[in-house]
Amino acid sequence: MNTMTQRDIYHWLETVKDPEIPVLSLVDLGVITGVTVDNDRVAVEMTPTFVGCPALDMMKHEITEVLTQHGAKAVTITVNFRDPWSSDKISEKGRAALKQFGLAPPPQAQLVTDLEVLEHVPCPRCEGTHTALKNTFGPTLCRSIHYCYDCKEAFEQFKPL
Amino acid sequence: MENEALIELLYKMADDQLILGHRNSEWTGFGPLLEEDIAFSSMAQDKVGHSQALYTLLHSLGEQAPDTIAFLRSAEKFHNCILVELPNGEYDFSLVRHFLYDTAEMIRFEMLRDSSFVPLAQLARKIHGELRYHTLHANTWIKQLGSATEESISRLQHAMSFALPYALGIFEASPYEQTLIDTGVFAGERQLQERWMAKVAEVLASTQLQLPEWSLQQAVLGGRGGRHSEHLAPLLNEMSEVLRIDPSATW
Repeated sequence: MNTMTQRDIYHWLETVKDPEIPVLSLVDLGVITGVTVDNDRVAVEMTPTFVGCPALDMMKHEITEVLTQHGAKAVTITVNFRDPWSSDKISEKGRAALKQFGLAPPPQAQLVTDLEVLEHVPCPRCEGTHTALKNTFGPTLCRSIHYCYDCKEAFEQFKPL
Repeated sequence: MENEALIELLYKMADDQLILGHRNSEWTGFGPLLEEDIAFSSMAQDKVGHSQALYTLLHSLGEQAPDTIAFLRSAEKFHNCILVELPNGEYDFSLVRHFLYDTAEMIRFEMLRDSSFVPLAQLARKIHGELRYHTLHANTWIKQLGSATEESISRLQHAMSFALPYALGIFEASPYEQTLIDTGVFAGERQLQERWMAKVAEVLASTQLQLPEWSLQQAVLGGRGGRHSEHLAPLLNEMSEVLRIDPSATW
């Protein structure tokens, strides 16, 4: 009989997407901070992107559903800030998916000492920096709104945090 | 004693965030321009989320569940400062309040990153990062409108004179100041206020706004001890209306 491993869990969680950015899995988003398996009982530790992220409950629900479908008998999910989320936790694969989705990936937050870097974010379409920040707040907490003067279109960026 | 001090600190922070979050949400659909509508709505979402995280910490210390604390207390059990409960008024007042409050909140969470109460320090590091967007927003508009037209400058100046005494109420000392300082939980309201005054002066220096004389300001106190203005009770009634009509409602 096969027992599930930590690696299996991460693999299965790849299919759970951020409800607000459906191209990005929770693993690539970097919100899963720990997984432990004890036979068929799974404990997942996670941390929200933003403290007030309204998608958190939906993510928890979907994690439980997917792991239960794969045979987990008990799934416990703990949310904490021990290993807090930062946009630097988004994987390379995740950053590529964001760009393909039309969302500019965040610059390395560790290098951002001044939020003025948001002023000339590279456009995800033409990669040019002839752009302007329109609003540090966007359709979700994690996105800002920008305008590209070359494409003559608005675009969004996943905010550095 | 140490626990009581910590609980008092968490309540006033959480209540500030919840009440100002609610006020910010009242701009949803009414902002002077679409971007501001979105900005105040987003900050509302952040602040209510911050209050929930702080109420969850309180719950872990033996207080009631977050929703019970948030929705089922009467006004005199709330510890928010009076500044945050005042009605939104015109956009100029909302903007000035946002600037004065968030400047203080940013420094408070910066100080709390080193708190000896580890769960609070962890949360503070996270919230501090998010608040940078709130202060960036406030500073951008204060700098732009504070140097724009005669009308924008005089409106902000007037709102500033009205709001400052209330803003000083943010720093109303708790009976536990010394305990919080001695135990390393929080370095205290006095230090926070000094740093806040310096930061406010720094931002205003790049505008045409005049900083009113600090020594002439009479702080409006009482909120931290549950003595509120007439504006809090109606806000709480509205906030908890659905829950009181149908306690089993979910969505």
